[in-house]
Amino acid sequence: MVYDILIIGGGPAGLTAAIYARRASKTVLVLEAKACGGQIINTPDIENYPVIAHISGFDFAAQLTDQAKALGAEIRMEKALELTDGEVKAVRTAGAVYEAKAVILATGSENRKLGVAGEDQLVGRGISYCATCDGNFFRRKDVAVVGGGNTALEDALYLADLANKVYLIHRRDQFRGEETTVAALRQKENVEFVYNSNVTALRYEKRLTAVEVTNKLDGSVREIPVKGLFVAVGRVPENQAFAQLVGVDQAGYITAGENCRTNVPGIFAAGDNRVKEVRQLVTAAGDGAVAATEAIKYVNSL
Amino acid sequence: MSVLKVNADRFEQEVLNADKPVLVDFNATWCGPCRMLAPTLAEVAAERPDVKFVAVDIDDNEELAEEYEVFSIPCLVLFKDGMEYDRSVGLIPKDRLVELLG
Repeated sequence: MVYDILIIGGGPAGLTAAIYARRASKTVLVLEAKACGGQIINTPDIENYPVIAHISGFDFAAQLTDQAKALGAEIRMEKALELTDGEVKAVRTAGAVYEAKAVILATGSENRKLGVAGEDQLVGRGISYCATCDGNFFRRKDVAVVGGGNTALEDALYLADLANKVYLIHRRDQFRGEETTVAALRQKENVEFVYNSNVTALRYEKRLTAVEVTNKLDGSVREIPVKGLFVAVGRVPENQAFAQLVGVDQAGYITAGENCRTNVPGIFAAGDNRVKEVRQLVTAAGDGAVAATEAIKYVNSL
Repeated sequence: MSVLKVNADRFEQEVLNADKPVLVDFNATWCGPCRMLAPTLAEVAAERPDVKFVAVDIDDNEELAEEYEVFSIPCLVLFKDGMEYDRSVGLIPKDRLVELLG
């Protein structure tokens, strides 16, 4: 069958789009590669979504998924590997090809890696991309945070109350993040700022034992013994599979505006993978509604 | 078989001295990905009588988490004859879980 609307990504943007499309009686297939709900499932407490004063990311994801399913959206746990345009759009996964009149790309983003040897094998063995998830395991131990944005600053602040010592490694001597968080960090006696420096190597056997840090200005190399390294160097949109077809900016974000239209008619982008200023749960949901409405209009016009 | 909840006092008996391979799921109630993984574990547990499935809440068993160097959850550790044989960290799909069991 040819679906009216195929949605790639089952996070808040994709599932909201599914709800809107189903309420307009369009046939909907959602393809999700990992887990319905997307990165929000890692958030223990959501407290900034209108009307819901408090909910866990898991419950939010589960209820959103149930809502989309109850309205008749079909959800398949498959990763979209390729998207082609034509008479109908076609999306290829490892096991099938699905056809649709319109496609909404709601693939979100993933943590940017440091790109240092050993990083992948040390995930869960000292390297983490989520301080609030894993911080507890480093109570009274020495840890490092690498990055200079709000996430890195907030991670360092969070860890300062748990860990014995926190090294904040940043490639510049000024932070992009909020000044108040920087000021709060400066008050912490157990936080050491390591400026103008990159992590250039990881020391480990079974698990992380130290990081090698190189100062960019004078080339000096320093070894810092830590049990944990929290990587907070930004996120990258998961658009690689579609970048041949739809326009993306230098950082890889799809260049779709507030109407969520890409440069290809019938293909829309919603959520964190799109060029935008604010990436939040509520803006992802907003994108889902807009992209679905645009997609419905497009399908009705065929 | 279903997934058996085990605390530190029963860990040696239920895991280390078990007569078949044991997959231990280190988890916590506040961990979203852990809760996402739970139904998959239950499903595979029902299909694989040759493996014992055990769940350990790391908040109730901090010393076990420390002893087995669990630094991120969900963390699945496969034990054979009382020794760690393999492990996987993070939310994984069913096929990867089956792969881990060998």
